Amino acid sequence: MKIKINGVDKTLDVDPEMPLLWALRDILGLTGTKYGCGEALCGACTVHLDGHAVRACVTPVRRADGKAVTTIEGLSADGSHPLQKAWLELRVPQCGFCQAGQIMSAAALLAANPHPSDADIDQSMAGNLCRCGTYTRIRTAIKKAAGDK
Amino acid sequence: MSLQISRRGFLAGLGAGLAIAVLPKTGEAVPATTTPGNDGGFSPHALVHIAFDGTVTIICHRSEMGQGIRSSLPVLIADELGADPARILVRQAEGDKKYGDQNTDGSTSIRKPYDNYRKAGAAARQMLISAAATKWRVKPETCVLANHQISHPPTKRTLEIKDVVQAAAKLPVPKDPKPRPFAELTHVNDPDLPLLDGVAYVTGTATFGADVTLPGMVIAVIARPPVVGGKVAKYDKRKALAVKGVKDVIEMPVATKPWVFQPWGGIAVVADSTWAALAGRAALDITWDHGEHADYNSQAFREELLASVRAPGTAHRNVGNIDTAFASAAKTVEAEYVVPHLSHLQMEPLAALARVNPDGSAETWAPTQNPQANRSAVASFLGISEDKVKCNVTLLGGAFGRKSKSDFVIEAVYLAKQLKVPVRVQWTREDDVKHGYYNAVNAQRLRAALDAKGTVIGWHHRTAFTPIAATFTGITDTPTEGDLQQGVTDLALAVPNIRAEGCKAPAKTRVGWFRSVYNIFHSFAVGSFIDEIAHARGQDPLATWLELIGPDRKMSLADLGVAKLPNYGESLDKHPVDAGRLRNVLTKVAEMANWKQKQGRFLGLAAHRSFVAYTGVVIAVEPDPQRMFRISEAWIAMDAGTVVNQERVHSQMEGAVVMGISNVLYGGITMKHGMVEQSNFRDARVARMRDVPHVIHTHVVPSTAPPSGVGEPGTPPVGAALANAIFALTGKRLREVPLAKALKI
Repeated sequence: MKIKINGVDKTLDVDPEMPLLWALRDILGLTGTKYGCGEALCGACTVHLDGHAVRACVTPVRRADGKAVTTIEGLSADGSHPLQKAWLELRVPQCGFCQAGQIMSAAALLAANPHPSDADIDQSMAGNLCRCGTYTRIRTAIKKAAGDK
Repeated sequence: MSLQISRRGFLAGLGAGLAIAVLPKTGEAVPATTTPGNDGGFSPHALVHIAFDGTVTIICHRSEMGQGIRSSLPVLIADELGADPARILVRQAEGDKKYGDQNTDGSTSIRKPYDNYRKAGAAARQMLISAAATKWRVKPETCVLANHQISHPPTKRTLEIKDVVQAAAKLPVPKDPKPRPFAELTHVNDPDLPLLDGVAYVTGTATFGADVTLPGMVIAVIARPPVVGGKVAKYDKRKALAVKGVKDVIEMPVATKPWVFQPWGGIAVVADSTWAALAGRAALDITWDHGEHADYNSQAFREELLASVRAPGTAHRNVGNIDTAFASAAKTVEAEYVVPHLSHLQMEPLAALARVNPDGSAETWAPTQNPQANRSAVASFLGISEDKVKCNVTLLGGAFGRKSKSDFVIEAVYLAKQLKVPVRVQWTREDDVKHGYYNAVNAQRLRAALDAKGTVIGWHHRTAFTPIAATFTGITDTPTEGDLQQGVTDLALAVPNIRAEGCKAPAKTRVGWFRSVYNIFHSFAVGSFIDEIAHARGQDPLATWLELIGPDRKMSLADLGVAKLPNYGESLDKHPVDAGRLRNVLTKVAEMANWKQKQGRFLGLAAHRSFVAYTGVVIAVEPDPQRMFRISEAWIAMDAGTVVNQERVHSQMEGAVVMGISNVLYGGITMKHGMVEQSNFRDARVARMRDVPHVIHTHVVPSTAPPSGVGEPGTPPVGAALANAIFALTGKRLREVPLAKALKI
């Protein structure tokens, strides 16, 4: 299978049913994408498949064949995505474990909807759990990155 | 790293968390004295190293799990020393007693070692200044060390730290270094400190438990007995071994009582990828012998605990005579509260990597809260001395007490020894939900006696829960006076007649610490009950709270009516039970929430003392057409004494509100036939973004009192405040967690 990962063409010789999450983590060494539930219930593994947010834990790697995958490592070359900057400025992370998935979900949201309302944010971020409870700062950071606050 | 994190970021590139080896080996092992001529510089204290090139390294000996210790402890020591926190290196300590207690639990990481941190910085500062003063032939007390520079203001001379390290290293370490006045510290008084690991978190480069790899490493997942103490009766591994990538199938040792930190047993499937290991595990054919705990039914246990609190238990708090108080009461208020098992559900499922070397020594990499206990457990398991074990600490993707236990690390060690290659054990979310150390199931019965004027003249509190000691002894079945300190015996009450009893609750499964522990249910019940008393009296809840807390005073054991109070390991002189501080957070948070203005608003209030800190919370709910109500706003005020990193305290308070909401709204692990009925986030629910308010207002009470806990004390009063707000809106008094069950949400 040929997948463009963070802008680089990669060839993967694995079980096509292997979830993209484990291909990224175990085979390609891209450990920024996290395992949290394995059933698309927590969002920690969120990546972009051709620009759309998907849960890598339930996405068989065959679905990415011939497509482009962006992970947190490739969201920006140098951590300068507006969301990454807003996340740091507002000191959103506590333990940090869910934050890559949160940022990837938020990035897909902003790409599709540059000025999301609270309801839009609720809807798009509903699938991303944070057990430390950083939700209020996540909301504020998304608005900040959107230039709305 | 090109990303500018803030105007005062820590030295770039050091946020990755794991074992940033910046120290020459020779410079590390000099905790108490200097070694003249040591090429690596000197260590005036186990937590501080100063290299000849002037590099100041602070060792963070506590685990980072979201509370922000890596962004706090190093700043405090650097500030005391006179180093610029933006120019220091931070190294995460491995488990070693030379660093002092490393157990990151009980909200202790600032409050317990605080004086030690100050002295560590002060010792280094005194030595550097002394070296400069000698060079200049001036008195040390006329010199200043700040922001990496030593100066002599009268002569306007300056030196960099690096200019005096050689000389300072030859000096004796001061026996009793004198910390600066707190007000002189410039960085810890900054309300806006940066996050040490911020860049790593947002770029995906932070190293958590499952992010460490070693050459030749294999990955294991384990099919564990569904019931604690159960074992494999028979199994067939052929199908598992046939899965591509699966290398081996290994039977784990059987766990026996007491559970302590033992692995849970079962069958491990070892493979070249996590996916292959999971597929292999799914292909195992196992018949289990469920053992003696297969009769555990948590619903039946709930009834058993309610029966337990309806009969006298062991009284640990006695003031006056409640029997005469209730006999003479004009009115009594009674209520029972139930809280089920709660699970930590930290976002990072357990994962650990272990290597057992040919010479018998071992090394582990794990997100552990307690690296020393982990080291001891590994040494004891392998039958080797502790100096043959190195326990590395990664970042923790949440922990909340679950990662205090070394069971998952021992699993990796066992497999690494069997296989003679490095092994990572990866837990799935289902494993995490089903094989936890759960917060104990609890039932409480509270009674208040009111006289003709409505004044509370009697307070009777009974609580039944399995003490955590049961996990370590296998037999403890009744809470002790030590257990009751968490919100029962340390409750500031101005009531003339009080009795509090601990009631029997034998162990049925593994119980363990979960953020704020027994305070969760005690604060839920007490905070709800005070609201019930207020409504029974037709009085505003805030007025009832203030009347029950009574006048500002520091309460003695006699005032409390207890024989002793563990007080979270602190003396009552240093950390009294201070009714005034409890009253203050309550009135402060009520003021923040504009409590008096209730027209069209539905508010709930509660306050609680735990981990020697004081927290007041107000929650506002509003009607919502889709799901009965929505939590619209929250206010939280905390008095945690002296605070080192205000920004992280605010973040802990915000997180505490969210976890408190999560606990009471959705918390609830149930067991049938000894097996956990939930399996993943679909049924082991936690708060999502839509469940929490858009705004959480936080206030840290300015204080010069000794530092208190921060990580845990925010959570307890949130539950009662929410239940009380729901009562204000709906008139429904919800006394059983999860509230979602009665609310049908």
